[in-house]
Amino acid sequence: MNPLLSHYLVLSALLFSVGFAGAVTRRSAIIALIGLELMLNAANLNFIAFWRYGSNPQALTGVMFVLFSIAMAAAEAAVGLALVISIYRQRKTIRLDNLDSLKG
Amino acid sequence: MLNEITFYLTAIWTLVFAIAAMSLRQMVHCALSAAAAFAGLALIYLELNAPFVGFAQLLVYVGAIAILIVFAVLLTRGDEVGPNRSQASPSWLAGLAVALLVLGAIALPILSSPSLQKVAPPVATAPVKRIGEELMTRYVLPLETVGVLLTAAMIGAVVIALREESEKPAGQGTSLLSFNGGRTQRPATPETAAHPETEEAVTLP
Repeated sequence: MNPLLSHYLVLSALLFSVGFAGAVTRRSAIIALIGLELMLNAANLNFIAFWRYGSNPQALTGVMFVLFSIAMAAAEAAVGLALVISIYRQRKTIRLDNLDSLKG
Repeated sequence: MLNEITFYLTAIWTLVFAIAAMSLRQMVHCALSAAAAFAGLALIYLELNAPFVGFAQLLVYVGAIAILIVFAVLLTRGDEVGPNRSQASPSWLAGLAVALLVLGAIALPILSSPSLQKVAPPVATAPVKRIGEELMTRYVLPLETVGVLLTAAMIGAVVIALREESEKPAGQGTSLLSFNGGRTQRPATPETAAHPETEEAVTLP
């Protein structure tokens, strides 16, 4: 018996909440970025699962969306980590609770 | 039956490494666990009959983004050391509660909806030939836009991470230069697979 569509969706929900929990509870900016990547990946898994189980898989819409989303994630990771490096060079820290100079 | 076993194996692999990536203390361990979780997701894509996406995921996430994260961890070393410094933010309990709430809000409707409990249709494949044809016809505008986006991200990453001339503390000059050299390669990875010329054309002026 093949896994149902809901299995993939629940797996994706679990991945999303794990990434979310990491992004909001950890202090390191790099770990928060990894959490963001995990959330993006959970969304991609949803797209692929709905494409595979959908009524019109010949349209390839889900696959195309995921390909573009992976390219966007690569760009986002490059810029995000460059920001982390730049902040580290200026402030000598990447702990998110130390970066509060905008706090009133 | 076999499909279900492979699904559970890959799902448990991915989840365990995702949780490890979010909870380990050492940041290098976190980065490597995240790479393993991304590889597990690539396996799930292969299992879902989307081999091109699976290999793109392997190439971009495990090949490029994981290496980028490891580089960033190594370049920002010496900040998180010290066993008595807490890794979790002061409001970690509230964050965890919100994450559990999010999980419940997504998973409960999925499990209670009867239209989502369906089995897969027998054939659904995404052959690379069709993907290439679609990329060159229907999705050619998004493809070019992604090329421009990746070029902008590459230039932006270099500019942001570049040292300004005015602030010049001693040390770390050479390692930063070589890091920027490595970084310029990274965003190009999905682009070179699909469409190598755009980037050259846009970068030249």
